[in-house]
Amino acid sequence: MIHQYKLNGYNIILDTYSGSVHVTDDVAYDAVEGLDAGKPRSEIAAQLLDKYKDRGVTSKDIRDTFSDIDELISQGKLFSEDIFKDKAFDLKNRSNVVKALCLLVAHTCNLNCSYCFASQGKFHGQQGLMDFETGKRALDFLVENSGLRKNLEVDFFGGEPLVNFEVCKQLVAYARSIEKEKNKNFRFTLTTNGVNLTDEVIEWANRECYNVVLSLDGRKEVNDRFRVDKNGNGSYDRIVPNFQRLVKARGEKGYYMRGTFTHYNTDFTKDIFHMADDLGFDQLSMEPVVTDPSNPSALTEEDLPVIYHQYEILAKDMIRREKEGKPITFYHYMINLTEGPCIYKRISGCGSGTEYMAVTAWGDLYPCHQFVGDEQYRLGNIWDGVTNTDLRDEFKLCNVYARHDCDGCWARLYCSGGCAANAYHATGDIHGTYAYGCDVFRKRIECAIMIKAAEAAMQAENGQAEPENR
Amino acid sequence: MKHIITLNDMAKSAVTGGCGECQTSCQSACKTSCGIANQTCENKNR
Repeated sequence: MIHQYKLNGYNIILDTYSGSVHVTDDVAYDAVEGLDAGKPRSEIAAQLLDKYKDRGVTSKDIRDTFSDIDELISQGKLFSEDIFKDKAFDLKNRSNVVKALCLLVAHTCNLNCSYCFASQGKFHGQQGLMDFETGKRALDFLVENSGLRKNLEVDFFGGEPLVNFEVCKQLVAYARSIEKEKNKNFRFTLTTNGVNLTDEVIEWANRECYNVVLSLDGRKEVNDRFRVDKNGNGSYDRIVPNFQRLVKARGEKGYYMRGTFTHYNTDFTKDIFHMADDLGFDQLSMEPVVTDPSNPSALTEEDLPVIYHQYEILAKDMIRREKEGKPITFYHYMINLTEGPCIYKRISGCGSGTEYMAVTAWGDLYPCHQFVGDEQYRLGNIWDGVTNTDLRDEFKLCNVYARHDCDGCWARLYCSGGCAANAYHATGDIHGTYAYGCDVFRKRIECAIMIKAAEAAMQAENGQAEPENR
Repeated sequence: MKHIITLNDMAKSAVTGGCGECQTSCQSACKTSCGIANQTCENKNR
């Protein structure tokens, strides 16, 4: 399976099952398109000669092009076969290793954002804070079930985790006290709304947290539409200075400004550029809201062309910034073409319900933070372990090959079948697909790979190592 | 004349991948839409 598209002056061909990315001239682009459509080579050659006669394209050029194409086919880089399909079904026999936990240390929040999927941290249930003993047991559960995995990940999440900062501190201290003995490397992350980012918290987060995710939707009027306190007051003026202090003190360690865009700000690149140019942040993530279609903030079909255009604006602007030596990082445009995820990860997805679970303040286990509060998706608890093994097995089989909506999709090994929770909320089935999210995802991948093509062209202009030319 | 430039392992990773030491994608930034494509393999021996 291949995917061809033209964007920003580049002709790009993706080979789905090898992961190869090719940038071509017009003749090669049309030749591959003809072959993909099953046309005879003689017919393709005649059409190309006629179409490009004004450019001086000769029969030899076309023979050379077919020769290049044949070489790629023989190397398994074009029209490659799906050799992974059978591997997908080994997943049901994979181990029960757990390597990552989302710790819901606070089922409460000091903001009252109306679009919050977690209903302001209560997850459609009661308020509460995780105590140290429960958190400690969660870390022990993780170590006990992690097998030979060395890297273990724990995200402090909620609600607003910093409402329960003392327990977060104690849990990190406990993890550090056991990691050498257990031969583990704990990587902590923090997702915060920024309200409680005191100097003490910043010093702790910058010392202990591998990554911090900072919630800000962009421009003040955009952020303050949804991200308000209990009295309805916007949070922008309180949180932006806190985020700036944290990032300034963070040095080279990772962080992401993580915004949400909705039907009300489909011009979301303005929010990204505001965070970059006016606020000084350079690691940015902006996600489309996922909510009930009846919600006025929900994105609509009519919004899609606007969103596509915004992603193109962002991609072109990032190329400009790169050329000017002031690059920004946009999470979904980070594509590593040579050292990306292995095929096992691409097939199996995020690991929710198997190697990744959410732990409530009371120690219950759910497949991930987005299933919390839905009793039918409770896996067990941190004392007894996973007791609903049928549910775990269902998630083990939740891979890209189990989603038949994905069968003909060129992006299937980029998204791994997408988010089980989004699929469940959109279709009622974790093996379904969230079609709107698929459309947005494919556009982002197209833009991300176009940036890679532009970077390769820049390197060639600068005389740096070139990709494989033929 | 260069008609095709190839910018870049998938099949190779079927042999050497699967160590599970890379970051869980959902923890990395977004928490709502999968970012597996945006990850880098952490297995330097791959």
